[in-house]
Order: sequence, then structure tokens, then C-alpha cells
Amino acid sequence: MNKPNRSRRRFIAGAAAGAVIAQSRLARAQLAIQPLGPLIEKLTNGARVNEGRVSVDIPRLADNGHSVPLKVSVASPMNEREFVKTIHVLSERNPRPLVAAFHFNPHCGRAEVVTRVRLNGSQRVHVIAGLSDGSYWSGSAEVEVTETACLDAT
Amino acid sequence: MALARIQVPKEAKRGELVTVRVAIQHPMETGFRYDNMGRPIPKNVINTVVCRYNGEEVFRAEMGSGISANPYLQFYVVAADSGELAFDWIDDAGERGSERVALTVVA
Repeated sequence: MNKPNRSRRRFIAGAAAGAVIAQSRLARAQLAIQPLGPLIEKLTNGARVNEGRVSVDIPRLADNGHSVPLKVSVASPMNEREFVKTIHVLSERNPRPLVAAFHFNPHCGRAEVVTRVRLNGSQRVHVIAGLSDGSYWSGSAEVEVTETACLDAT
Repeated sequence: MALARIQVPKEAKRGELVTVRVAIQHPMETGFRYDNMGRPIPKNVINTVVCRYNGEEVFRAEMGSGISANPYLQFYVVAADSGELAFDWIDDAGERGSERVALTVVA
């Protein structure tokens, strides 16, 4: 009478432990939102970042975090006197917050880039644009991600 | 190395904005995944893509693991002179790839 009971208990304890481990793995994959301030400061060398001029086009709801279309454009002339030099794309929740850096020059004609990004969960995607006159502008967009990237299937 | 598809119009007027679209076949391995033996798969992404127009750099992308597999880029170039657009890229493993596309500029 005692013996089967004990093995049943062991099984339940094991199952519970398994559930806890699975939960903690999930929690680790879904990183908490991290402040981007220090990274932005490093990118701009501490210069002031103005809000505006940058438009971030991303779907409000992304089904698949492995590939989310992203369009970034900066309202700025692109001539020798004034042009957009860099565009940095930052993620609050990715294990590596710097997603990509794009470098432009007046020959581009338009400060716009389209790509596809990986996003590790719902978050706000931030973009910092550096202009030739040394000013920095920022824009951001909120995106809801149902299936996150980085959550490994194996 | 990797297969790449680059779309640029064959012809453009001088001063016209030309749309350049690049798609490169690459797994863009994040370094956070494990193989079926439980060993971590090392990070390997295309870290730099450079586009030169008649030898002069017009666009450069520095990418990390936050860019999707088979990276896709779309950007613009102002048509100036007939010539070629040269694309060069390199991944973390040091593998390079390149592609050239001719662009004819009509007055």
C-alpha cells in the first residue's frame, strides 16, 4: 500500500520541478525591458537627443518575432551641406540591444532603410538618427510580438 | 558564398532616386541556439554590408543578431553616372561575398 504511493509522490514532485524549470527558462528567454539610456549616450557621445524627424514604421502586431518588417525614414535633406549620417536601431528587450547601424551619405538621396528584424517580445523599438550637423533625433514605435524570437524550439 | 539577390533598375535618369533591394541568403545565427546534442551554435551573422557606386561608398549596414535570417535591405541611391553598384559583405566567420550590378544612366 505504501510503495506505490511513494512513487506517485516522487512523480508529482518531479513533474512540479519540471514545470518550474520550464517556467524559468521561459522567463529567461523573455528578457525584461532594459533601459537604453546608457547605450544611447555611448552612441551619441553624450549629445542631446531631440525627439522627432524620425519615423519608425513597424506593424502594430507582429505574429512572428523572428522576422518583423521595419521601415525607418528621417525627414532631412540629403545634400552636401546637410544629410543624415547614421541610423541606429535599438531594441529594449533583445539580448543585444543594438540591432543595426546604417550609414548614409548625400549620394543616397533619401534617408530611408527597410529591413526585417528579430524581436524578443513586445516592446518599443527606438531609432536614433545622427545628422551631419552633429544633432541627434529619435523616434520610436510600439510593437506587440506574439511569438518571440530567441525562444528556442529545441 | 551565400546566394544573393540584388534588384536595381537597369536604367535610370540622371538625378533620379534609384531603389536598391538586397537579399542575402544567410542563417544569421544568433549564438543563443543549441544543436540537438545540446552544444551551443556559435554566433555567425553578416556583420557588414557595403554598397559602392562607381567605387565610392554610398551605403553601409552594420548588422547584429537582431536582423532576421536571410537579411533584406532596401535603400536609395541617386543616379549620377553609368557604371556599377558593387556590394560586398562579410560574416563573423570571415566569409566574404560580393555582387556587382550594372546601372545605365540616361540623360
